[in-house]
Amino acid sequence: MAQPIIDIQSITKRFGDLTVLDNLSFQVQPGEKLALIGPSGSGKTTILRILMTLETLTSGHILIEGEQLWHMEKGGELVDADEAHLHKMREKIGMVFQHFNLFPHKTVLENITLAPRLTLGVPAREAEQRAMELLDMVGLADKKDDKPASLSGGQKQRVAIARALALEPKIMLFDEVTSALDPELVDEVLSVMRQLGEETDMTMLLVTHEMGFARDFADRVLFFDHGHIIESGPPEQIFTNPEEERTQSFLRKVLSAGKRKAEKQAAVL
Amino acid sequence: MQQWLGYLELILDGAVLTVQLTVLGCALALFMAFVAGLARMSKFRILRILATTYIEFFRGTSIFVQLFWAYFVLPLAGIPVSPFIAGVLALGLNVGAYGAEVVRGAVQSIDKGQKEAGLALNLTPWQRMRHIILPQAVVVMLPTFGNNAIELLKGTAVVSLISLADMTFQSQVVRAQTGSTAMPFLTILVLYFAIAMVISTTVRTLEKRLSDGLDVTK
Ligand SMILES: Nc1ncnc2c1ncn2[C@@H]1O[C@H](COP(=O)(O)OP(=O)(O)OP(=O)(O)O)[C@@H](O)[C@H]1O
Ligand SMILES: [Mg+2]
Repeated sequence: MAQPIIDIQSITKRFGDLTVLDNLSFQVQPGEKLALIGPSGSGKTTILRILMTLETLTSGHILIEGEQLWHMEKGGELVDADEAHLHKMREKIGMVFQHFNLFPHKTVLENITLAPRLTLGVPAREAEQRAMELLDMVGLADKKDDKPASLSGGQKQRVAIARALALEPKIMLFDEVTSALDPELVDEVLSVMRQLGEETDMTMLLVTHEMGFARDFADRVLFFDHGHIIESGPPEQIFTNPEEERTQSFLRKVLSAGKRKAEKQAAVL
Repeated sequence: MQQWLGYLELILDGAVLTVQLTVLGCALALFMAFVAGLARMSKFRILRILATTYIEFFRGTSIFVQLFWAYFVLPLAGIPVSPFIAGVLALGLNVGAYGAEVVRGAVQSIDKGQKEAGLALNLTPWQRMRHIILPQAVVVMLPTFGNNAIELLKGTAVVSLISLADMTFQSQVVRAQTGSTAMPFLTILVLYFAIAMVISTTVRTLEKRLSDGLDVTK
C-alpha cells in the first residue's frame, strides 16, 4: 500500500480530566473518502479540529504525507511544532464547518479570494477568475457580489466549500456540514460534495449524521465511541453487517430516529 | 448689539480651540485605544503588562491631575510642552485608556468561528486581525467610541485651568467683562450641544456604512 496521506499514531486528547481521544491510531490513504460516525460527544469533531490545528494534541503523533504535523525536528530531536511549521503544514489541509463561518463583512467573491491573495500571494485578477470557476462549480456564480447574510444556509455552505477549495488543499475536512441546514437544503450541499468526490482525487474526511450519504459516498467508515475506534470497514459491511454490538445499537438508534424524522416531515408536507 | 457681536466672536474663537482639542484629542485617543487594546491581548507578556498599566493608571486617576502633570511636571523633566499640547495629551491619553477596553471587548465579542475559519485558511494572526476580526469589531466599537468622543469634548473644558482660551474659558472672560451670565453661558451651551450633535451624527453615518451585512444586534 502507498504511503498514507494521514497517519495518526496513538494520539490522546484531554480537556482537563476528560479524555476525549484515547490512544487513537488510524491511517487514511491518498484520495480516500472516509466517513467518521459515532454518538454525540465521542470525539469526531475533536479529531478534525486537531488535524486542522485548531486544537492541540495531548500526546501522540500525526504524519501528513510522512511529515510531522504537530512536531518538527530540531537538532535531531522531535520538538513541538512552531507557528512557521504549522503554517507550512496547514497548506495541505482545508476545513468546512458546521456553521459555515463565512466572513459577513465580505462579499461571496471576496470570501473566496481573500485567502489565496493573502496566503499564496495570487494576484487579484487571477484569484477572482479562479473563484468564479469555483462559484460556477457550486452553482452560485450569480451571487458573487452578495453578502453572506442574504444567502440561504445551503448557499452559505456551498460558498464555504468553494472558499476552502480555493487554496487547493490535498485534504478536506467536513464537520457535519449539513446539520445546521433545513432538511430541504441538505441535498444541494451533498451533491456538491459528491461532485468533488467524483471529479477530484482529494482526500476527504467527513463527520456526518447523514447515514445514507456516508453509505454511498464513503470508501470506508469508522465508527467511534468514547475516543476509540469500535469498528472500521467499507460502508456495506458497517451498515448492513456490523460486527460489534455497539455499532449495531448505534445504527439502530440513528436509523430509527432518521425514519421518525422523515415520517414527521412527510406528515407535515 | 455691536458689542455683543464682538463678545460672540471671542467665544467663537474659543470654540475653534475646543474643536481643535477635540479633534486632536480624539485622534490620539483612537490611536492609544487600538495600540493598548490590541497590546492587552498580545501573546507577549511584556506588552500586556505595559498596556494594562497604562489603562489602569489613566482610568484610575483624574483628568485634572493628568493635565497638571502634563503641563507642570513634564517641563520639570526637561520636556517642554505648550498648554495646547498638554491638553491634547491629557485628553487623548485619558480617553484612550477607556477606548482600549472598548477595543478589547469588541474584538473578543466576535464569534470564535471567524478566527477559526481564518486559521483554517492559513491566515497569519495579524492577517486574521486585520482582515477578519477588526472590520467586524469596529462596528461594535463605534457607538461607544461616539460616546467617548462626546465625553472628550466635554472634558476639553478642564484645559481652561491651565489658562488655555477654549470656549469655556472665553465665556468666563465675557462674563467678567459684561457682567452678563446668561448670554455667554447660553451661547456655549448651544455650541457644545451642536458639536456633540456633529459627532454623534458622524458616528451614526459611519456605523450604517460599515455594518452592511453584519448582524450588529448580536
Ligand atoms: N474546548 C473544549 N473544552 C472542554 N471540553 C471539550 C472541548 N471541546 C470538546 N469538548 C468535549 O469533548 C467531547 C468530544 O467532543 P466532540 O465535539 O469531539 O464530539 P463529537 O463526536 O463531535 O460530538 P457531536 O456529534 O455532538 O458533534 C465532548 O464531551 C465535549 O464536551
Ligand atoms: Mg461534532
